[in-house]
Amino acid sequence: MIAKKVTRKWEKLPGKNSFCCDGRVMMARQKGVFYLTLFLITGTCALFFAFECPYLAVHLSAAVPVCAVILFLFVMAMLLRTSFSDPGVLPRALPEEASFIEMEIEAANGSVPAGQRPPPRIRNVQINNQIVKLKYCYTCKIFRPPRASHCSICDNCVDRFDHHCPWVGNCVGKRNYRYFYLFTLSLSLLTIYIFTFDIVHVTLRSVFYGSVWCVAALTLPSTVVEVLVCFFTLWSVVGLTGFHTYLISLNQTTNEDIKGSWSGKNRVQNPYSHKNIVKNCCEVLCGPTYPSVLDRRGVMLESSGSTPCKTSDVTAATANTVTPNEVAFFSLQKTTSPLIPNEHSPDEAPPSIATTGHDTATSIPEEEDATGPNGSAPKAPPTTILVKESSH
Amino acid sequence: RLTEFHNLQELRQSASLANKVFIQRDYSEGTVCKFHTKLPSELDSRIEKTLFEDTVKTLNNYYAEAEKIGGHAYLEGCLACITAYLIFLCMETRYEKVLKKISRYIQEQNEKIYAPRGLLITDPIERGMRVIEISIYEDRSSSGSSTSSSTTSSSGR
Repeated sequence: MIAKKVTRKWEKLPGKNSFCCDGRVMMARQKGVFYLTLFLITGTCALFFAFECPYLAVHLSAAVPVCAVILFLFVMAMLLRTSFSDPGVLPRALPEEASFIEMEIEAANGSVPAGQRPPPRIRNVQINNQIVKLKYCYTCKIFRPPRASHCSICDNCVDRFDHHCPWVGNCVGKRNYRYFYLFTLSLSLLTIYIFTFDIVHVTLRSVFYGSVWCVAALTLPSTVVEVLVCFFTLWSVVGLTGFHTYLISLNQTTNEDIKGSWSGKNRVQNPYSHKNIVKNCCEVLCGPTYPSVLDRRGVMLESSGSTPCKTSDVTAATANTVTPNEVAFFSLQKTTSPLIPNEHSPDEAPPSIATTGHDTATSIPEEEDATGPNGSAPKAPPTTILVKESSH
Repeated sequence: RLTEFHNLQELRQSASLANKVFIQRDYSEGTVCKFHTKLPSELDSRIEKTLFEDTVKTLNNYYAEAEKIGGHAYLEGCLACITAYLIFLCMETRYEKVLKKISRYIQEQNEKIYAPRGLLITDPIERGMRVIEISIYEDRSSSGSSTSSSTTSSSGR
């Protein structure tokens, strides 16, 4: 009857993600390397702005720090966008869907003699005259769509899974691949930029003071630090950017490349490639921005009053247009959240008992407790008091 | 025979969930969002084949419109990139606009066609865009022993 606290769907999501800002931010659990990335980028840039830019702005051009600021902001925006967004996680199958699929599998396999292993769960689909095998994910209880893969670190199936990147602290998948690529590209440019102007700075100083280049360099310790960081970063980041440019031109993922899915043996070709570099690049970088299907900020159960669903996600639109009573009815009949694993449907009221559907309201709170909080953000208090609904 | 409900309200008040059918994705054209249009056998007696196919085909067209790679998508992508994607904080993406259209369409279809036949379509986005879930309801008043056998089949107990 009384809404104690609104429970948002992210608090009950399975998988090993951590969430911040009430579900707006979604990352992997281990964030240590991500903090290192942040520290390296901001630290090096801070040194550059503090020690190089004053000299260069005066002796060279004011455009030098301005461009550096723009580049730096772009790099940070891309990094945070990659790290904080949903990479394209596929929600796990609800119990009804899972058992529906199980029935289909059993029907397809027939009866297995006792003692024999059942055949592997694979579905074949034909895409562009190529047979692609869809594997069954035992954790998520779905047949993975083509190009999806299960990330063991985050314990989620991710659509168009590329790889799990510890540097950004998140998986790279369909929804954030272009931000990841732009991050590596802009970081390469930023690294080259800082490296170049560090050299220019030292050269200018040595010319000005008439000293040997190396001596001039040693008088500027911050420059030395920056040059070292940039030098080592250059090799890895520029290499990574080149590698991903190659993958994009072929419309392949890192995962497929590592597994050699389209390496050409057995006359297997990439069915997703448009066979045209420009088209492939356009699709990956300028394609539509896919929405998240997770609805992290959706409200779990609606209170008896009107609940302002604060999520901007479209899924709230349907919930908002029905009355609270209607939602109550349907959420009692269906499972309450699409994202809780192994949740049992509320017991159906047997038709012989002449009651309304609302009698099953008491079974819901127990289900919520059974699953336990999964992947909650460390900052959010796990809530055990849920919104109880009443039809009266 | 087809169970008759006059509207969503009547469905709500007098029906109980009997079964659920899941329409799977059709990947024959790649990873674009598309669903199979074939009427499943469980719905054979409930709804006409053409009506069902029309619904799924319209949904497929909506998704194709959202995912179309063309001039508009490029423009949106380039503009967004220049602003470091900050523009999406105030602007709705094309996909989101189409998703709203889809949910309105599904609601309209439910009210006009599916609820009177004791069926209910769930928006695919609530199932991760993997399936179209169709719930089959039985009229409580007309149920006898037949309903009790079908209620347990889908709950996975």
